[in-house]
Order: sequence, then C-alpha cells, then structure tokens
Amino acid sequence: MCPDPTSRTDQPRPGPRHAGRDVIDTGVTELPRRVREMLADGHRLALVAAHHDGADAPGGPAIRVVYLFVKGPPDSRVELHVRLDPDTPALPSLAHLSFPAGRFEREMRDLHGIVPLNHPLPRRLVRHPHWPRGWYPMRPDASPPPPFAEPEGPFPFLTVEGDGVYEIPVGPVHAGLIEPGHFRFSVVGETILKLKARLWFVHKGIEKLFEQRDVAQGLPLAERISGDTAVGHALAYCLAVEEATATTVPEPARRARALLLELERLHNHVADLGALCNDVGHGILNAQAQRVREQLLRLNQEVTGHRLLRGGVIPGGAAVRALPDPARIRAIGDDIRDIVALALGHSTVRDRFTGAARLDSRAARDLGCLGYVARASGVRVDARQAHPFLDYGDALTVPVHTSGDVLARFLIRAEEIDVSLALVEKLAEGLTPGVTRAELGPASGPGRDDIPGRAGPLLEPGSEADPGSDLGPTGPLSGPGSGVGPGPDVGPDVGIGSGTGPASGVGIVEGWRGTITTRVELAPDRALARVKVVDPSFFNWPALPIALADTIVPDFPLTNKSFNLSYAGNDL
Amino acid sequence: MSAVGTVAVLTQVTVVVAGAPLLTGLMRQVRARMEGRAGAGVGQPWRDLRKLLRKQPITPVGTGPAFRLAPLLLVATTLVVAALVPLASTATPVRDSADLLVVVTLLALGTVILALAGLDTGTAFGGMGASREMTVVALVEPTILLSVVALSIPAGSTNLPAIVAHGVHDPARLASPASLLAGVALAVVTLAETGRLPVDNPSTHLELTMIHEAMILEYAGGDLALIELGAQMRLTVLLGLLTSLFVPWGIATGTAAAALPLALALFAGKVALLGAGLAAAEVFWAKMRLFKVPELLAGSFLLALLAVGASFFLPGN
Repeated sequence: MCPDPTSRTDQPRPGPRHAGRDVIDTGVTELPRRVREMLADGHRLALVAAHHDGADAPGGPAIRVVYLFVKGPPDSRVELHVRLDPDTPALPSLAHLSFPAGRFEREMRDLHGIVPLNHPLPRRLVRHPHWPRGWYPMRPDASPPPPFAEPEGPFPFLTVEGDGVYEIPVGPVHAGLIEPGHFRFSVVGETILKLKARLWFVHKGIEKLFEQRDVAQGLPLAERISGDTAVGHALAYCLAVEEATATTVPEPARRARALLLELERLHNHVADLGALCNDVGHGILNAQAQRVREQLLRLNQEVTGHRLLRGGVIPGGAAVRALPDPARIRAIGDDIRDIVALALGHSTVRDRFTGAARLDSRAARDLGCLGYVARASGVRVDARQAHPFLDYGDALTVPVHTSGDVLARFLIRAEEIDVSLALVEKLAEGLTPGVTRAELGPASGPGRDDIPGRAGPLLEPGSEADPGSDLGPTGPLSGPGSGVGPGPDVGPDVGIGSGTGPASGVGIVEGWRGTITTRVELAPDRALARVKVVDPSFFNWPALPIALADTIVPDFPLTNKSFNLSYAGNDL
Repeated sequence: MSAVGTVAVLTQVTVVVAGAPLLTGLMRQVRARMEGRAGAGVGQPWRDLRKLLRKQPITPVGTGPAFRLAPLLLVATTLVVAALVPLASTATPVRDSADLLVVVTLLALGTVILALAGLDTGTAFGGMGASREMTVVALVEPTILLSVVALSIPAGSTNLPAIVAHGVHDPARLASPASLLAGVALAVVTLAETGRLPVDNPSTHLELTMIHEAMILEYAGGDLALIELGAQMRLTVLLGLLTSLFVPWGIATGTAAAALPLALALFAGKVALLGAGLAAAEVFWAKMRLFKVPELLAGSFLLALLAVGASFFLPGN
C-alpha cells in the first residue's frame, strides 16, 4: 500500500477500514455551492447531523451541522461542517439540490430548532402535534419530555378534489402485527391518485438516549434501533466508534462481522419472499418460507446465542459461538430456490407481481433510494462495494434489475439470497468460533489518526497490510482512485481546526434493507457525545407513494411488503 | 308426507346450522395440514362463535337500522334458503315455494343487506368493501340466472325439488353438456359469492385487499358471531345446492322415513368432501388482481350461456 501522492495532513492512513474522511469547514453562504459541487462529483448525501457545541468546544459555542457525502467505489467520504449561531440557527435550504437534504433539514428543524431558509416544504416531519411548540428535544437544555398536550391546530392532508374522489385513512393502528404509520389514500374508484404516509409515531428519542452512555452501553441500544436489523445497526455503530478511537479490527473479526451481516440478510429476505406470496393469497409458500426462516433463526441462535443475532458484533471485534455448517447452508439454499421457483412458476402470483407499483430509475435516483428498492429500479448502490470494511473478492456480486416493480424487488431478494449463501460459506471457511476483538483506543481526532502508535493494540498499521494483502485494490484511498475524492476544488481550509475537534467516526454498512450510516462523536472520556443514525428507510419511505401512483388500492399491501420499510428505524 | 317432510326440513336446517362452522373448520384444517401447519382443529369456528357471543356488540356512532338488522337478516335469509333447498328430501311441505329463482334472490338479498350495512358504517373500508361486493354480485347474478334457465329447461320447471328429482330419476341428464357447463359456471360463481380464492382471500388481515371482510370490519361480539355464522351457512348451503343439483343421489324423493337418515348422512358427506376438495384446491391458487376478477366471472357467464344453448340444441338423450 503506497502512500497517497496527494496526501494532505488530514489524509487517513491507508487501509480498508480506515477510509477516513475529508473534513471541510465551510461558511453558511458557500454551503450551497460546495454541496452542488459534491453532488455533481457523484457523491450522495448520506447523513446530516446537528451538534450543539458548548463553550468549552474548540470553536466556542455554536450549532455545528455536519453534512456527510459519500461515494464509492473507491470509498470516498467528505464532511462539510457548518457552524451556526446557537441563538438564531438558520441554514440555507438545500432541498432544491437534493431531496434527502430537504428531509434532513425538516428533521433538524423539529429536533434542534434549526430553521431551513426558503425550504419549499416547511412543514413538520418528526414533530407530532402534541409536542409543545418551541420544544426541541435534541437541544442540550431541552426539558424532559413534557406530557402529551392538546394537539395544536389541524394539520390537514392535501385534499384531492374531483368527481368521485374519496379518501381512505389507514392506521396508525393496523390489523396485522406491524408497526404504526398513518396512510391517507386519495382514490377514485380503485385507483390511487395520491398517497401520503405520516410516520414518526414510534419516535423514541434514540439519538438522545445514546448521549452520555459509554461505548459498551451504546451497543444494546444500537442493536434495538430496528429489531430486524440488529447486526446492521450494531455494525455501523461499532465501525463508527472504532474509527473515532482509531481501532484496527483484526481480520478474522471483520470476516465474522461480514458473515453475521449476511445471516441477517438471509433470514429477513426469506421472510419477505414468503410474505409477498402470502399477500397474493398463496399461503403455502409463506408457510414454507417461514419454515426455512425458522431454520435460519435457529442457526442464528447457535452462531450468536440470539435468534436475531444480537451480541455477535461487539466494539472492536466479533463474538461467534459456532459456525454454520456448509451442508446445512446448501440445504437451506435448495429449499429457498424451490420456493422461489414455485412462486415464479405460478401464473397468478407472477401476474400479481409483474408491473405492480413501478418505481422508475430516475425517481429512485432523485429520491436517494437505497438497498433492494434502488437495485430493483436500476440504481446500483451497495455499501459492500462502495464502502467495504472487508474485501469480499469475487464472491460478492450485486444483482440489479431495472423494471422497478414488485417482481423486480422479489427477484432482487431471491438473487441476493444466493449471493449471501455463497458468502456465508466462503466467510465461514477458516474462521474459528470465539471472541476476536481489539481493545478500543482512546478517543482520537475526527476519523483519522496521525500518530502511528495509537492504532489498535493488536496490529500496527504497517502490519495490517499483511493480512490485508488479499484485500485487493479496494484500499479506498490508495492508488489513483484517491484523486476522485474531494477533488482539487476543495479549497484551502481542508481540515483546518478539525484535528482539534471532538473524536468522530462514521460507519457505513450494507444492512439487509440498504445502506446504514452512523456517525458518532466521542467526548474525551470516550462517552458518546452524539450518535446520528440514518436507516435506509429514511431515504426509501418517500419512494413508496411515488411507486403507488396509479396503482390500485388492493395492491398497496403487496407493494408495501415489497418495500418492507422500517418504521422504528425511520422514526428513531 | 307432511310428517316426514317436516322432519326432513327441520333436521336439514339443524344440520346446516350445526355443520356450517364445522365445514369451515374442516376446510381450514385441510388447508393447514396441506401447508404443513398443525391447524386449530375442526371445532375452532364453533369456539370462536362461543367466544364472540360472550362479547359485547358495539354499534358505531351514526349507524342506522341497516347496520343493526343486517346480521339478523343475513342469518334469516340463509335459514330460509337452508329450509327451501332440497338437501335431504325433495318431498317437503315447502316444496312448492322452493323455486330456484327464489333461492337465488334470497341469497342476493343477504349480500345486499351486508353491503348496505357496510355503507351504513360510513367508514372508507365499509364503503370500499360494499362497492367491491356489488361489483362482484353484478357480475355473478346474470351467470346464476342463466345457469338456472339451463337447468330448468330439461326439467320443465324452475322448481328446485322438481329439478333435483328429475336428476335423481334420470341420471343421464346430469352428464349432458348443458348440465356440465352449468355446473362449472355455478361452481365459479359459488367461489365468488362465498368470498373464496381466487376472488377474495378469507384469511387475510389486510383491510385494503378485502371484499367480504371489509364490509363487516365494524361488527363485534354477538353481531359478528351472527355474520360469521351466516357466511358459513351460505357456504354450506351453496355447496349443498351444487351437490343436490349435480350429484343428487341419496336424496329422499318419497315419504319413507328410513331414507331420511341416509340422505342426511350422504348430504353431510358430500358437502364435506366438496369443501375439503375446495380447500385443497385453494392451497394451489392465489388471489387474482381485483381487476382480473371480472374476466373470471365473464368466463363463467359464457359457460352459463353455452349451457343454455346446449340445453336447447343438445338434449341429453
């Protein structure tokens, strides 16, 4: 691994995990220009987080907003930091540049009281009407949650008018055992003219709950952000913490983590395949898929001691009790392929899937969709390729379909299951059960470590290149690919002052639903100062109404299941 | 005739009422076993009814008589149909009233009452379910009427006992093209009328996809128990009607008391077999897209039309 020729003072050490980030401090006025440049350069906005810096912070009291832009492969991560006046925080809205940015801004306005100026849709997003006006829970001086007040004023839905148009309100309490969300359909006959989803009924204040916990106490919380994504969220959290503490995770532990990630993808995708069949009334395949899922859950129990794989990923490493037997994995794979073949061979099932609720590629790209939703609409995004923490080599292929209908989302899952099964077998090879972990280092600078001796105690940075020799060319910032990074237009203020900022780290993980991004800031005593979690559902929820336009009402449950978005992960 | 006939009507209605939940339980059990599940047991629908009867019925604010009377009327119309249809005996005191058109109309009346009750709740789901149900009914009724015509031509009457007795005495008629075509048409229509796959999914919890269930979402307690029982009885009676029309053997046609128990046992056996066969077939089916349902029903209408034509041009012998 040769040093990067364009290396700057804040350049991270080479290595697959320590991709590091470029940090650019920018002013409010030049923010839109810089964001436009980042987006034009092919980056996507992965995360926006606000931080309330106190008087003891290096730059004095301020509200510091961090915009994380990522791109890959090769892995590139750039942060824009904007400091705002803590008394009258306001930002120019970026909604006209990026749809997700507009949603992040509404979230920040509701939770932090940061006003997005000239926002095209300045309505509340997170805040429910019983929250008192002017109460911003993420502010350090926020009072404890007040009792539910009388809902303030009406918050009407956009009324669609016309001959024969009527509304169907659904939820937030549903008939099945699913999470709460309110859907308002404007329908003529059976055709959906407009759907509005209102969420955040399960806002639990998870980001606030992280604050002041130590790293170990943060893990159980991360595992419970979305119950079906225990590994994905735990891993994103751990990667972020490890980056903030400049910890190098040993290679076997990284393999074990990748293995757990695929096991999680498997049991969720199998359940979805069955549920999709069930939603078109073909219950027998659901019964069979649930049987296979149960086998996978029992396997999970053997591997980690928990059916949903909790406890497998730990800060600095991984804990695996047993490894899956390849013969068993292959038998499960055969079963799943049978189920998929039966589903696709059934003319009614196939007819229901085909052409239902198309999400075209342009919409998926504009909305910033992630995961199988994006890949079913022709957008190739996969953090295992773009932001790898382990080199998967040839074993990782990322299936992409272009039709964007329910069938495409079904097929993507089926094909990803095949890839995951192969990966599980490959990753399990040569692993030994047990706990593999590196001690976390002290809280260090923002995502980088320029003192070689402070790398994780197990491995020196140089020696990491040896197990990393099979890691191939994915060392994200090594070689010519690094020129793609922030580019020459970054300006002279790169990294200025950031070396003295709080220790921070970013974890990007391809969970089963899509790319999870977690950004952590640590206090000097390694307590969690701020954890910002972005579940792929946050990006994908707006795509559901788009896909449903001109779909018929009875196809909604099927479409909803094909997206299978997390309410808990979105509402946080 | 009257004593045995009266007993026949009474026992037939009793068997339908008592057996309808068991038939539903049997069908669910067959399906569960075929899907590899344990199933809740044949008696579960009865246990559900007992549970519901102990609960308090709730009437939503703003609903009128349609909502409150619907459960009673649904069960009442079905009871009348259960008495009229010659399930066990054709020689009953009500035989002169047992016109096939009356039976069809009574069943349609039950459907319309339920749809009105769905509209009466004023909820989006009730209206949606009622609208879908009416769409289905509008497509089903012509098929039923045409099939009735096709079946009544050979017997020279739309009187049900006459048609059934005609079938018993002249079994070759049952294998005639007209009879077979009408049989398939009526079978498809029965699936639609009783809310089975592939038209409606009786086991779904997804309110947006429901037809029958969407209309009754607001019912609770004893009212819901009546609705459930009414729906189960409709399924039993319709399956019984199909067996009486197309496999009538064993139905008592005379006044001999000894034939009655055998007729009842055969009726129960035939309906159970048909129900189990339907449940088994449903395992392999999936629910059609709502807008494809008219295509299915149009197909059954065509079969009924062919049946009418065949009954004119291809006499059975």
